Amino acid sequence: MKAISTASLPDIVFMLLFFFMVSTTMRETTLMVRSQLPEATEVNKLEKKSLVSYIYIGPPMRQFQSLFGTEPRIQLNDSFKSLDDIRDFIASEREAMKEEDKPLLTTSLKIDKETRMGIVTDVKQELRKASALKIVYAARKAEK
Amino acid sequence: MARKVPEVNASSTADIAFLLLIFFLMTTTMNVDTGLTRMLPPMPDPNQKQEDVEVKRRNIFPVLINKSDKLLVRGEPMEISMLKDKTKEFIVNPNNDPNLSEIEEKEIPRIGKYRVSKGVVSLQNDRGTSYEMYMKVQNELVAAYNELRDELSTSVFGKPFSRLAKEEQESITKAIPMRISEAEPKDVGGK
Repeated sequence: MKAISTASLPDIVFMLLFFFMVSTTMRETTLMVRSQLPEATEVNKLEKKSLVSYIYIGPPMRQFQSLFGTEPRIQLNDSFKSLDDIRDFIASEREAMKEEDKPLLTTSLKIDKETRMGIVTDVKQELRKASALKIVYAARKAEK
Repeated sequence: MARKVPEVNASSTADIAFLLLIFFLMTTTMNVDTGLTRMLPPMPDPNQKQEDVEVKRRNIFPVLINKSDKLLVRGEPMEISMLKDKTKEFIVNPNNDPNLSEIEEKEIPRIGKYRVSKGVVSLQNDRGTSYEMYMKVQNELVAAYNELRDELSTSVFGKPFSRLAKEEQESITKAIPMRISEAEPKDVGGK
C-alpha cells in the first residue's frame, strides 16, 4: 500500500496559523487578580481596542495572596496599585494616544463579581477626578 | 533544456508551522470585549457655586441596593424580576398617573409627536453591595430602556433598534433618552 501524501499538511497548518494570527490579539497584561466577570444580557461590543484602557479589580491570585492578602485589589498594567495611582495611570494612557483620540478614551472596568461596591465607587470617583468619564462595566454576554 | 533542480525536503515545514501555531495559541487571546457602557457625571467644579438641579419628586425613580443585596424601589422592597417592568411603567406612564414620571409632548424628527418622559432613574448603592447584584440591577435598567426603544422602533420603522440607520436611531434616542444616574456615593444600608 502506498503511504498517504502529507505534502498538503504544511498548507493546512499555515492556514490555521493565519486564522489565529488574524483573529486573536496579543495578551498584554498578566492577570494578577481573579476577575470572574458578571453576566449581563444587554452588553454591547467594544469597538476599537486602542481606545480602551483596563482596570482590573478583584482578589489577588493564589500566588500573591501571601503578600497582598485576599481582599480585592486594583491592578493597573502589570502590578498592584492603590487608588491614588489611577490618576497617573489615566494621564499616561492619555499621553500615549493620538491627539484626535484623546477625548474618546474609554476605561473598561474588569471587576470580579464577588467584589463589594465600596472599592468600585472609590475607583469611579477617581476616574471622575481624572475626567475619564466614559466607562464600560465589563460583563460576559448571557443568553436571554 | 533546463537543468533538473534537486528537490528540497519539505517534510519539516509542517513541524515548523505547527510550532508557530502553538506559539500563537499560547500568547494570544481571542476574547471579545463586551460590557455595559456608561458615562460618569463630571466632577463638580469647586469654584463654581453649586446650583441644585431641581428635579420634581415624581420624576425620580430611586433604586436603592443595600449591603445585603436587597432592593428598595420608590420606598418599597422589590424583587429584581419586577424591576424591569416597573421601570418601563414609570417611564411610559400610559395613563398619566400623577405618581409616575411627567410626560411632555414633543415633536421628534421622523417620528412625529411623541410623549417624552422626564423621568430619571437614580441608582444608589451601599459600599457593601456586591458587584454582581449591582450589575444585575444595571442590566435590568438598561434592558427596560432597550425594550422601550425596540417597541417604538418596531412600531414606527418596522425593525428593531439595532438594525436602524444612524439618523433613525438618533430620533429614537431623542424620544426615549436613557437617563440613569449613578448618585454620589452614599451609605444607604448602614454598616
